[in-house]
Amino acid sequence: MAEPLLQVENLRTYFNTPRGTVRAVDGVTFSIDPGETLAIVGESGCGKSMTALSILQLVPEPAGYIESGRILFRGKDLLDLRWDDMKTVRGREIAMIFQEPMTSLNPVFTIGRQLVETLVAHDGEATTGWQRAEELLARVKIDDPRRVLHSYPHELSGGMRQRVMIAMALMNRPALLIADEPTTALDVTVQAEILSLMAELQREFGMAVLLISHDLGIVAEMADHVGVMYAGEIVEIAPAAQLYRSPKHPYTRCLFASLPSRQQRGKDLVTLEGVVPDPANWPPGCRFAARCPDRFAPCPSTHPVLAPVDGAQCARCLLYPAAFPPGVPVQSPEKETVR
Amino acid sequence: MLTNVDWLSTLAPFVVLAAMVIMLRRAGRTPLWSEAFRRLRRNPLAMISLAVISLYAAVAVLDSISWRTSKTDDFRTLLQRIAERPKERTYSAPYATVTTGEPEPHPLNEKHLLGTDGVGNDVVYLTLRGCRTALILGGLTSLIATPLALMFGMLAGYFGKWADDAVLYINQVLSSIPSILLLVALMMVLGKGVLQLCIALGVTSWVSLCRLSRGETLKHREREYVRAARALGLSHTRILIRHILPNLLPLVIISVTLGLSGLVLAEAILSYLQLGVPPEVGSWGNMINGARVELAREPVIWWGLASASGALFVLVLAFNVFGDALRDAVDPRLRTG
Repeated sequence: MAEPLLQVENLRTYFNTPRGTVRAVDGVTFSIDPGETLAIVGESGCGKSMTALSILQLVPEPAGYIESGRILFRGKDLLDLRWDDMKTVRGREIAMIFQEPMTSLNPVFTIGRQLVETLVAHDGEATTGWQRAEELLARVKIDDPRRVLHSYPHELSGGMRQRVMIAMALMNRPALLIADEPTTALDVTVQAEILSLMAELQREFGMAVLLISHDLGIVAEMADHVGVMYAGEIVEIAPAAQLYRSPKHPYTRCLFASLPSRQQRGKDLVTLEGVVPDPANWPPGCRFAARCPDRFAPCPSTHPVLAPVDGAQCARCLLYPAAFPPGVPVQSPEKETVR
Repeated sequence: MLTNVDWLSTLAPFVVLAAMVIMLRRAGRTPLWSEAFRRLRRNPLAMISLAVISLYAAVAVLDSISWRTSKTDDFRTLLQRIAERPKERTYSAPYATVTTGEPEPHPLNEKHLLGTDGVGNDVVYLTLRGCRTALILGGLTSLIATPLALMFGMLAGYFGKWADDAVLYINQVLSSIPSILLLVALMMVLGKGVLQLCIALGVTSWVSLCRLSRGETLKHREREYVRAARALGLSHTRILIRHILPNLLPLVIISVTLGLSGLVLAEAILSYLQLGVPPEVGSWGNMINGARVELAREPVIWWGLASASGALFVLVLAFNVFGDALRDAVDPRLRTG
């Protein structure tokens, strides 16, 4: 198989806070092949956005820093690059779009100038830039691109602005697009449009996408692989179809159970008791133990590793003997809970 | 030090004017400012104050254009050619026919609307001459202080860490010295003169604007569009100049406009303390300073003081009203933007 486009290995991003060191991203490992879509799903504060920002080294300074890990892009470690070289990676090789299209555009410049600027910043020609900007606006399905080029952000709707942000990210034809909750701030009707647009553009430009979301439902249509994050770690990662067919980690199952579905019509949605543990003070064992319906004896004290449980599907859960860290005696739950 | 730079103060009003015209033209193209201008045009008070300021500016420009008709002649400004009246022997009251303060009143060459001063100069002409000094002081000082304040403020706000510490430290030191003391010290070192005063005032007045721009930069640095710009690979310089600076300008322009009146007043106060511009330069501060002795005379010579402070008052009021109106016109957009 070809070399993965992006390989993140054991990434740890920490924050210094008055309460101590917050381990926001704590040993995350994944890889993305060229043209593939990896979705990372998790609830707020699980570290998924920080993972994305770490890849571009845009972690909010001075509190945040990348403690350790490797971020290999086309085989080169981005963490070894100097600021100048990193600048050429950003936008040209890896582009990113953000959650808030309302504030992601500079209010005092026209759309056209902002689009062209991303090109000029990477030594592009301003004259051809305008042409390309107009083309791209048409590609992201904006009516009357010429008028929009000369509009200011406040004259556009949220959906239009997110389309503009996508166009801006595509200006330099990046190999990888990181989309951090691209549809969260949009109306439900617009969300679907933006997602199908992204899928379409991805096929056309042949780029890989790292899609960050808190919504398993949204991710299903686009992702090839899905990683589920909880408390700074990936707890389950698998090909999308396999994950949706048979989720292995109790947390993933809980996430699916809390999605509204037709089979559950008339019943209350399942809610997950408890809260995410304090990131400044992760529990020593499984971080999901306190909320887990399938908890058994070793869970609160033994920290599971991410281990393959079914082919390409990996889970970080002691229900599976492979997840016991080396040197710890394997135990099985008394009650058979593995489904 | 800095004695042979009179051409600079001749050029200054044009530099100030050109800077303003360029800025207004550029600003007029953005929706923020074109909307603000529309709102300003609907505000009669703003228009009146703008007219007053323009009138002062026009007088200042007249006073800056000078030529001589022959090699032996002195340079005479346009204002001088228009408004200068023949000299009298000494003081004369407004619209009087004879001089005052002499044992035997002498008849005057002509009637003077606001009388004459001790050496017989027409007070109207003297007051008009003060416009140029006042506006140059306000404008040139702002031109010196604003870039200084913006540069340090933006660097401190954007980069934080030691840059922030350093700038804040300088700010704190500067603002903990009584400003009048610092001005006196600077004027002692630099010597007397319009340009010297501008530099001294510029050095002391950038602190508050620096704080403002630092705070605003801090705010904008955390905005999504700056993060987006970084994620798209823009350099720090580009982000600072192209993204953050334009967002600071509305607030900076407003605070500079409001600050102008303070600078004009500062000139009057410093000249009153005999630390301002040299006596041969016409200025309201010098006129007010001269009135100290005039007020003690019998009969009281009040017209010099009255017209200088009147002119000062009207200009300062106009600046304040206009600054306020400008803020009101821009503010609603600042809130939504």
